[in-house]
Amino acid sequence: MKHRGFTFEKLKIASFDFTCCEGCQLQLANRESTLIDFLELLDIKNFRELSSEQFDDYDIALIEGSISRQDEVERLQAIRRQAKTLVAFGSCACFGGVNSLKNKFSLKELVAEVYPGMKVETMPVKKISDVVKVDLSIPGCPVNKEEVERVMVNLATGSLVTLPKHPVCFECKAQLNTCLFELGEICLGPITRGGCNAVCTTGKTPCLGCRGPSEEINMPAFVELVKARELSLDDLQEKIAFYNAFEGFSNHEA
Amino acid sequence: MKRDYSLDIHHLTRVEGHANISITVKEGKLLDARWAVVETPRFFEVMVKGMSAERVPFLTSRICGICSISHALASIRALERAMKIEPPVVAETTRLLAMHGETLQSHALHLFFLVAPDFTGASSVLPLITSHPDLIKAGLRLKELGNEISTVSAGRCTHPVSLVVGGLSKAPEKQQLLQLRTMILESKPALDTACSFFRSLKIPEFKRETEFISLCNGSSYPSIGGSIISTDGVKQDENEYQLMTNEYMRDFSTSKFTRLSRESSVAGALARFNNNYDLLHPKAKEVAASFDLQAVCHNPFMNNIAQLIECVHILEDARELIDSLLDMELREIRTPYSPKAGSATGAVEAPRGILYHHMETSDEGKVVRADCVIPTTQNNANIGYDLGAIAEQALQEGKNDKEIEKLCEMVVRSYDPCISCSVH
Repeated sequence: MKHRGFTFEKLKIASFDFTCCEGCQLQLANRESTLIDFLELLDIKNFRELSSEQFDDYDIALIEGSISRQDEVERLQAIRRQAKTLVAFGSCACFGGVNSLKNKFSLKELVAEVYPGMKVETMPVKKISDVVKVDLSIPGCPVNKEEVERVMVNLATGSLVTLPKHPVCFECKAQLNTCLFELGEICLGPITRGGCNAVCTTGKTPCLGCRGPSEEINMPAFVELVKARELSLDDLQEKIAFYNAFEGFSNHEA
Repeated sequence: MKRDYSLDIHHLTRVEGHANISITVKEGKLLDARWAVVETPRFFEVMVKGMSAERVPFLTSRICGICSISHALASIRALERAMKIEPPVVAETTRLLAMHGETLQSHALHLFFLVAPDFTGASSVLPLITSHPDLIKAGLRLKELGNEISTVSAGRCTHPVSLVVGGLSKAPEKQQLLQLRTMILESKPALDTACSFFRSLKIPEFKRETEFISLCNGSSYPSIGGSIISTDGVKQDENEYQLMTNEYMRDFSTSKFTRLSRESSVAGALARFNNNYDLLHPKAKEVAASFDLQAVCHNPFMNNIAQLIECVHILEDARELIDSLLDMELREIRTPYSPKAGSATGAVEAPRGILYHHMETSDEGKVVRADCVIPTTQNNANIGYDLGAIAEQALQEGKNDKEIEKLCEMVVRSYDPCISCSVH
């Protein structure tokens, strides 16, 4: 079929969800004005939330959510064996996401508080790449549908898939927003990968880093910035930990 | 004919989240009917412990991808009540509008993407794009409108950005509100298309008496806060939610169960309709009459129709909310506050029924204890009993295995279960 002048085969795609809110899958059905064209790109083989027909001959697997139980590990490994391209879809899949906040507590404490007296299986939250090889990551809480559309077109046409390298600040400034640091708030915009069109900061809410670190971040300088403005290091720590997206950038001071 | 029947569905499709259905009938007698949620628990109630109150709504909204606005607002309401914060009128009005957007989006997704295929013999919405193009266009139009209402009022439709403790971080822009108003007026034909389609369907005849629970404020169709009432005549204050839910666990399900006066009860669009019919917009009442739907209705399949009627109500009420926002100065949007120790419940009518968040704060404004009771949790027991009853009825009517399986799937879908949400 043809799309914007390109001839290509439809993408044989499947979508699977693990420990998550299913909000990223939901984005696939958003941007309704382009939805019917978007679906033209796809040959949906397996998408439990959408269809009762399920086939296992997919090439691309979108994986939403993080991993928190043994049966999920096995299900994910089986998908990995089938998929030519496995995509970590959304912040839970890419980084563990908000689910990782559970890892601060002991499993015993978690179960005892929520299911007192009941046996419930759970394990510390893992991101997808902790369990299987990930070919492509699309971060975001939720993912940005516009970006998903772009990536799918790239995959269909065999073009290189890239994510923006610049931080959220670029997109925030472009919208002429007042910097939240000027309003006395710690915002993770300077260290977070752009591509979200700065939706949170444009809504005057600080960035919590759902898209993970942008290229070449300088964490020590960022911590210095927070200190120089006499803002709370506890607040910084709470924000950095929110999506578990800055795991590799240990923040000794905060 | 007294025959044996068994049904075992692993990971039901076209619902949000993972759950199984199993039914066993021996010689015409029902032995067991089970609705088992197997979703992985996430432990949000523990995760919020020690977190600053201002951040908590951003975390709890992540309980659900479909009703994130309801979760954010349930937490915000609980925290504002716990810390004695009065949000400004602009914020209260904008929040009601955001709730409308979310419910419209959620109902449209359910009715057109998940339910319509059952009634047209399709396995998904995809074939309907070519077989029922006008219907799908109408559905997408309504869903898009819902998302647009949420985006204008909350900054983003999934995981809102501008709903904060104390009010709003940013007011909606009047230009955008005016555009929304036009969009709403232009969406009426889409709603008419949807109503004619659903009127043409044969809704399965099935009835099992149960108790319907919803919020009630006496002056408007319920949305944010109010008393909790039931069709069996129970009434409680919002803070006494535990007396309405009586939550309990079963070892086959990671989602909990609730009950009140009977063995099970129901929350959701039909529960709101049954308890608050008088407060619906006259146009919504007209549509209800065209479906012959009257309170109190005990057919769970009519929850689909109640959702459609709510869409009619939402379009009318959203326009009125927009008009009142257009008349206001959108300057005072956030009440400053100092952290305080306290505890309170925030109850909202999420698309699928009452959502309770109970929050306890410390003097430093950190959350020290949280409890969330999800609408689907309140429907789990009733879904189980309905499955048994509908299988028995279908067997008596001489339906074949395939027909019974389809009816069972359809009755579960009519509750619009939000499974991952119910295992938070």
